[in-house]
Amino acid sequence: MAPIEKAVAIEKENVIVDGMDISGPWSRIFEQRTIFDYTPELIEKVASIPGAESFANCYQCAKCVAVCPVDVVGNYGPRKLYRYAQTGMDLSEAPQLWLCTTCANCLRVCPKEVNMVRIMPAVREQAILDGKFVPAELQQAFENTAKYGNPLGQPQRKRDAWTQNAGVPVPILKDLGRPVDVLWYVGSYPSYHPRGIDAACAAARIFNALGIDFAILGKEEKDDADSQRLAGEKGLFEMMAEYNIATFNKYEWKEMVVTGPHELNAFKNVYPRYGFSRPVVHYTTFLVRYLDRLKPLLKHPIHKKVTYHDPCYLGRHNGEYEAPRQLLQAIPGLELVEMPRNRENGFCCGGGGGGMWMDSFTAQHTTMRLSEKRAMEAAATGADILAVACPFEVSRFEDAVKSTGNEHMRVLDILELLDRSMRGDVEI
Amino acid sequence: MSGDVMVITEHMEGKFSDVSFELVGKARELAEAFGGESIALVLGGGVDASVFASHATLHVADAALNHFNPEAYARVIEALVKERSPRLVMFGWTVIGMDLAAWLSGRMGVPCVAYAKDVRVENGALIVSSQAYGGKLIAEVSPEGEMAIVACLAGSFPAEAGHGSTQATVIPSPVDLGGLKMKFLEVIKPEAGDVDITTQTKLVAVGRGIGGKENIELAEELAEKLGAVVCASRPVVDAGWLPRTRQVGKSGLKVKPKLYFMLGISGAPEHLEGMKDAELIIAINTDKKAPIFNVAHYGAVADLFEVTEAMLELL
Amino acid sequence: MHIVVAIKHIPSIADELPVRHNNIDFDSVDFVLNEWDEHSIEQAVLIKEAVGGTVTVIGVDVIGELDNALHLALAKGADRAVKIAAEEPGADSHQQAKWLAEAIQNMSPDLILSGVQASNDLDGQLGPLIAAYLDLPYIGGTSAIEVTNGKAMVLKEFPGGIGMRYEIALPFVAGVQAAPKPPRYAPVSKVRQIAQTAKVETIEPGEGESGGLRFLKMAPPVVTGHAEMIQGTAKEIAARIVELLKSRGLL
Repeated sequence: MAPIEKAVAIEKENVIVDGMDISGPWSRIFEQRTIFDYTPELIEKVASIPGAESFANCYQCAKCVAVCPVDVVGNYGPRKLYRYAQTGMDLSEAPQLWLCTTCANCLRVCPKEVNMVRIMPAVREQAILDGKFVPAELQQAFENTAKYGNPLGQPQRKRDAWTQNAGVPVPILKDLGRPVDVLWYVGSYPSYHPRGIDAACAAARIFNALGIDFAILGKEEKDDADSQRLAGEKGLFEMMAEYNIATFNKYEWKEMVVTGPHELNAFKNVYPRYGFSRPVVHYTTFLVRYLDRLKPLLKHPIHKKVTYHDPCYLGRHNGEYEAPRQLLQAIPGLELVEMPRNRENGFCCGGGGGGMWMDSFTAQHTTMRLSEKRAMEAAATGADILAVACPFEVSRFEDAVKSTGNEHMRVLDILELLDRSMRGDVEI
Repeated sequence: MSGDVMVITEHMEGKFSDVSFELVGKARELAEAFGGESIALVLGGGVDASVFASHATLHVADAALNHFNPEAYARVIEALVKERSPRLVMFGWTVIGMDLAAWLSGRMGVPCVAYAKDVRVENGALIVSSQAYGGKLIAEVSPEGEMAIVACLAGSFPAEAGHGSTQATVIPSPVDLGGLKMKFLEVIKPEAGDVDITTQTKLVAVGRGIGGKENIELAEELAEKLGAVVCASRPVVDAGWLPRTRQVGKSGLKVKPKLYFMLGISGAPEHLEGMKDAELIIAINTDKKAPIFNVAHYGAVADLFEVTEAMLELL
Repeated sequence: MHIVVAIKHIPSIADELPVRHNNIDFDSVDFVLNEWDEHSIEQAVLIKEAVGGTVTVIGVDVIGELDNALHLALAKGADRAVKIAAEEPGADSHQQAKWLAEAIQNMSPDLILSGVQASNDLDGQLGPLIAAYLDLPYIGGTSAIEVTNGKAMVLKEFPGGIGMRYEIALPFVAGVQAAPKPPRYAPVSKVRQIAQTAKVETIEPGEGESGGLRFLKMAPPVVTGHAEMIQGTAKEIAARIVELLKSRGLL
């Protein structure tokens, strides 16, 4: 690479344009000169990967950097990646490849449609194919998904074990032997993670209380693998998608309700490319339809200040901002306060795009976890409760409120809040 | 071509393995049927070779053979087999015999039967039963030609018939044992620290059916409730789910506990070798045709996880 | 450093094994990669990563479906895949080893690895047969192989966790019991990409001589004794077992 030549101001002592004297240092704009010297190869290398073409579109306005969550805890953002590539960084081998959470806030403001949500998975896939560095934790999540059907490495046979704690019937499609209105895709974290299970049980009780005709796939359910796709393992995603689509199509149901925004994104936006196009909604969108029936059930007020964190894959990726808020506001006594960054400008929790499985890796390259930064923002509103609507988030934020000294703030899924208002026998 | 039956014996730390006596006993019977002699071949010094009931015992007491050296053993056996042209050469299907039997077969251009469970002579013809396919099938085969090699599973024949006191004849190595490509370096004893499964009175044994490392915990839980220790079949250990010190079977340890509670082990012959003498064998397996049910005292065709979880509730 | 891994495609013993004409009914069984071959491939790739070189994976394509196994091996780090297109599901170890030895001879390998055994090795394993045909020494039951300066340090497993270490001059043949590490994960993306792009070299089989075993009969083992079977649901079975253990003073 050629050495970078520092630009020197070219002063002109006498420049008269249209009779006006514009002599001075800024007049250099009238001279052709070299501002910097770089080879565009590493940018072209990224842009040559199918899916990553828009990387080359960047004209370095840096609007993205201002909204990039990773830049808040490090030195990041699409424009910075472009600059790093100009100055010698091979993205396919750099740690920066694994820091983007595909939160899509950059894309929202980018005038040139530099699309990191497409660039990152494409470059990551190439890195994986070329046998380049892949964070070990992420590799483990891939392997777990391939072997066990979930990134946590939990046994498939225990996928429906949580239903025993629900306290209400949770029918399983295979046993039911009849069509249902709603196929509830529970998801890996609500099926296995202790705090995810709490939300799953709450959802089961709410569906029962509303008299929804629903069933789950039970032991037949496997991970949607969308985050694995965004982390670069497209082959794994396709393998899982093929299985899931075949499983979904085995049964008669009218609509699918998903607990998680990542699953919503997978089934609604990506699985159609693989031949699956049946209606899918997130639980917040689904429940808000039943608001009239739900409200009378929410008998027990929750006199708490609550702030809501917009999940990237529910909000920016799928445009649902209001349903979660409407559900929260339906709870008597609850006061909803907003964090400064909300809705379209919501701040990522760090769990997307495979970030969920790279916390130790990202910790080496950032000053703080995104979930910690966001927990501090939530605490600053004076909220007693941080409400979430994504199964990745409860575990992330519960950890973050502890590590940032904000234990007084509870982290609860909207499902849990609704359930508690319904039952009233649980202290918050 | 003679009617002799040659047995390649095995010893470690001055002791012959059971399979050596089992083979010698069987070899005597077969040699008589062939009208020849049974010859026990002992390789390496540091061992009393006059302990067999064979018609003859040959002892190549060369120090280069004291520790098992696959290349040295193979070369010596090849030379002696060429010299003596026995009707049958018998190996154990063991970590030693497995290195030699097929190699010799390839070198001599004579048939070899592995996983042999029974060897007999019918109307002058040699017939061998081989328990291949993980013990799921028995193949009865007849090796063509005038010489054959069999590698027999341990425990196939009674060992008593092989014990005797035939005076061993010490012979020099028929080949030069200098310039070998393989050099024995050292014996590595297992790391101390882990439990000794051979001294346990109760064992919970897990096999491939356990599915993955994440399920070992469940077996550990059951073992704890039963006052037992968890051991495993080979695939579980090869997969790294449990340490080698927990492996039962041919390439693992022999155990003889009061209770051997088996979860998801189909009962390959290699595993049976290590546990068939347990006092009470209970096997849970989803395959109703699993060979283990022919060996276990009690069995159940069921999901091992469901049974384990139900037992945990009761205990 | 050229490492050749000889693999074997064998009938899966996970399911029923139907018998026809005194042998497996090869048309009604699935074929899978011999489980020990996963370890021999891993061992080969580990050596390559440590000292450099190339890994060639070769197998006899007995039913015309070996490609998947070869693609997986390439995804895990093998450099070259070769199949001997025999399409003889009943080809025994001797036949396969003959074909493999002929092909391997032309590859001038420094080290040949195979799985220590396969469940269908009725006439012995591939490794020692290949060694015999190539006039090389063979060592089986290995759990670690390290290569330095034309030599290998080999750990061979003995019962009871005992190991013996050997120093062996290259080339030789080793039957791998287990790689020092569990076989690695191959990204599905990579396996799929390789399936589309990789070239598997095909060799026509030469004269393969069978192991000279005449099959008289093949059948599931005759049941001499049989366990007393406990019937019922998982709960009932559990209760019966607990009762049994109590009655025997084991609880």
